[in-house]
Amino acid sequence: MRSSALSKKTLVIIGLVASTFVLTKPGAAADQITITSWGGALQRAESQAWFEPFSKTTGVAVNEDEYSGDAAKIQAMVETKSVTWDVVDGYSTWVNRLCDQGLLERIDWNKLGLNRSKFIDGDMYECGVPSVISSSVVAYDKDKLPDGPKTIADLFDTKKFPGKRGLEKTAAGNLEWALVADGVPVQDVYKVLNTPEGVDRAFKKLDTIKKDVIWWEAGAQPPQLLADGQVVMTAAYNGRIYDANKNSGKNFAIMWDAQLPGVGNVWVIPAGGPHLDDAYKFIAYAASPEVQGTLTKYIPYGPANKDAMEFVGGEVLPWLANAPEHMTNAIKTDTAFWNEKGDDLNQRFTAWLAQ
Amino acid sequence: MAATVAQTAGSEKNMLLRAELRRSERWGKLRAFALVLPLLLFLVITFVFPIGRMLFNAVHDDTLLTLMPRTTAALAAWDGNDLPGEQVFAALAKDLRDTWEQKTMGSVAVRMNYELPGTGSQFTSSARKASTLLTGPYKAALIQIDPLWERKEVWNFFKRGASPFTAYYLLRSVDYQYGADSQIVATPPETAIFRDAFLRTFGISVGVTAATFLLGFPVAYLLATLSPKSSNLLMILIVLPFWTSMLVRTVAWVVLLQQNGVVNQALVGLHIISHPADLIFTRFATIVAMTQIQLPVTLLPIYSVMKTIPPSHIRAARSLGAGSFYAFWRVYFPQTLPGIAAGCLLTFILCLGYYLTPALVGGPSDQMVGYFIANYTNKQINWGLASALSALLLVATLLLYYVFNKLVDVNRLKIG
Repeated sequence: MRSSALSKKTLVIIGLVASTFVLTKPGAAADQITITSWGGALQRAESQAWFEPFSKTTGVAVNEDEYSGDAAKIQAMVETKSVTWDVVDGYSTWVNRLCDQGLLERIDWNKLGLNRSKFIDGDMYECGVPSVISSSVVAYDKDKLPDGPKTIADLFDTKKFPGKRGLEKTAAGNLEWALVADGVPVQDVYKVLNTPEGVDRAFKKLDTIKKDVIWWEAGAQPPQLLADGQVVMTAAYNGRIYDANKNSGKNFAIMWDAQLPGVGNVWVIPAGGPHLDDAYKFIAYAASPEVQGTLTKYIPYGPANKDAMEFVGGEVLPWLANAPEHMTNAIKTDTAFWNEKGDDLNQRFTAWLAQ
Repeated sequence: MAATVAQTAGSEKNMLLRAELRRSERWGKLRAFALVLPLLLFLVITFVFPIGRMLFNAVHDDTLLTLMPRTTAALAAWDGNDLPGEQVFAALAKDLRDTWEQKTMGSVAVRMNYELPGTGSQFTSSARKASTLLTGPYKAALIQIDPLWERKEVWNFFKRGASPFTAYYLLRSVDYQYGADSQIVATPPETAIFRDAFLRTFGISVGVTAATFLLGFPVAYLLATLSPKSSNLLMILIVLPFWTSMLVRTVAWVVLLQQNGVVNQALVGLHIISHPADLIFTRFATIVAMTQIQLPVTLLPIYSVMKTIPPSHIRAARSLGAGSFYAFWRVYFPQTLPGIAAGCLLTFILCLGYYLTPALVGGPSDQMVGYFIANYTNKQINWGLASALSALLLVATLLLYYVFNKLVDVNRLKIG
C-alpha cells in the first residue's frame, strides 16, 4: 500500500513537471510593441530617432528585435499563429509577395492618417509604408586605395584593381551592375535584364570576377571587410559607410557611379500581431514628415515621405543617395521588376554560386 | 483423492501467488514506464514529431488542391493531349476569382514559380484580370488575358495538383523535375546543383574523417602509453578545445586564415610567399577547420580502447620474436579497431550535417547540404525543398549507418 501511495505521488509530480512543458501564451501587456529592424548602425539610428522618442511621447514601450532581412521568420510566425513582431522594417523585394500570400496586414491609410500620395512608391504596396531611401554603392578605403574606382566597370576590372571585392549574396543589384559594366546604359538595364539573353549576359559578366568575390549577407559586414583589408572595394549600403567614418574614424569613400537608390525599407505589420493599434500608432509616428526626416541626423538615409525633405539636415546631404550630384548615372531600382522576377533570378543565382 | 485435493489447493495457491506476482510486476513496469515517460515525451515532442513533420512536408503539398479546387477537379477528366475544354476554363475562371477575392493568389503563384519559373507573376495578373470576368465563354477570354493558359505544362501542373502529395520536391533534390507532359526529366544544368552538393558533402566528410584519424591515432597512442602525469596534461590540451563552442573555434579560424590573418602574415614575414595566399573561403579552410573541431571526437574513443589493451600483449609478441612494427600491426592495431570504427563513424555522421563551419570559412562552392537546407528555409522560403533535402540527407545517413553496421558489428563499438 505504502509503495503504491508513493508511486501515486511520483506520478503527480511527473504530471506537474510534464505540464510545465505545455506551452502557455505569454500574457500580453497592453502598451508595448516589438519592432524588428536590421541591427547595426541602421537600427541604432532608428532607435535614437524613432523608437525612443515614440516611447516618450506615447508611453508605449518598445522592445527591439533584429533580423537580417529574411522574410522566412515572418512566414513561420504567421503560419503558426505565434506572431511576436508587431512592426517590421521590411525589404521592398519581398513585401508584395508576402502581402499576396496574406502574411501581412493590409495598410489602412485612413487609420494611419497619412497622405499616401506623398510617399515615394507609396502606391506600390498594399501592405507597406515606404520608410527611407538607401542605396547600394561601391565603397573603398581611401587610406589604402587613394586612387579608387571611378566607374562600375572598375569593380569588374581585376587588372586595374587586383584583389578581392565584396558583393552582397543576392541577385538584385549584382545583375544590374554586371550589365552596366558590360556596356548597357543605366536607363536600359531592366529592359535588357527582362530578356533571357540579358540574364545570361549578366551572369557571364559576373563569371569574370566570380573567384575574386567575397560574398556578404548582412549590411554590417562590408565596412568590416574594408576595415580588415579583406577586400579592395565592396558593395555596401551608403549609410553604413557614413557610419563607419563618423563613428569608427575610418576614411572610407563611396563611388556613386551606377548606384542603386531605392526605397528599400518598408514598414510592414505581420498579420495577426497582438498589438495592431499600437503598431499603426508607431508607423504613423515614424512616417510623419518631421520624425522621418530626423533619422538623417544619425544615418544618411533620405525619407520616403516627400514632405519630410525639409527636415533633413544639411550636414548629411553629400551622403544622401538622392543628392543631385549622385544621381547622374544612377540605376533606379525597379522594385516591380524584382517583385516579378525575383524568385526566378534568385534561384538561378543560388545555383550559379554553388557551381 | 486427498492427494488430488491437496494438489488442487496447491495449484490454487500457486495461481494466486502467480497473479500476485504478475500484479506486482505490472506495477513495477508501470512505475518504470512512468519514470521514463518524461524523457519519452520529450523525445517525441522535440525529435520524433518535428522529423516526422519534416518528412511529411517533403512529399505533401496541398496548395493547389485547396486554393484551386475546381480546376484541379475538372482536370481529372482531361486526357493531356489538346487544350482542356470550356468546362475546365470555366472552373479556372471561378478559382481565379476566388484567389483574387481571398488574396491567396500569391500562394499559388509561389507554388507555380517552383516548377515553372516565371509563371507566378503571369498567374497573379491573370487572377487580377479574371476578377472582372463574370460570364463565358471563358476559354477564349482567358487565353486572351494571358497566353499562359495555352501552355500544356501549365495544365499538367494543375492536374498533378489534384493530389495532396507530390514527388516534385524529392525529384528536385536529386536534380530531376517534371517535363511538359508530366514526364520526369533532368533539371537544366544552370539550376542542377543538388547531386553535386550531396557528393561534395560526402567527399568533405570522408576527407575530414580520414584527416582526424591520421592525426588522432598517434596522439591517442601517445596518450595511452605516456605516464599518467604527462598524459593528463596532454589530455587537457585535447579536451579544452572540445569544450569550447564550435562557433568560437570557427571564428578563430577566420581570424587565423583571413587575408591579413596570422598565418598569412607569418608566411609573408618569413618570405615564404610574397603575397598573402587565398586561405579563407576555400575548401582547404573548410577541411582544416572541420578537422580541428572533429579531432577530439575521433580521438577519444580510440584512446579509451587503447587504454584497455594490456601492454603485456606487445611485450609477449616481442619476446616471441616479432619486430616492433610487426608486433604493433598484428597484435596492437587490430585490438584498436572497435575504437577506430566508433570514432570515425561518429565524426563522419556529424560531418554530414555541418552547416556553420563551411558557411563561415568556406566559399560559395564549398557549401554542404546543410547550407542549402538553411538557404531554402530562410532565404528562398521553399520549405518543401528544404524538407526534401533534409529527408534525403537523413535517409543517406541511416543507410550509411546500416551498411557500416553490416561491416562492423556496432554493438562491439566502444564510444567512450
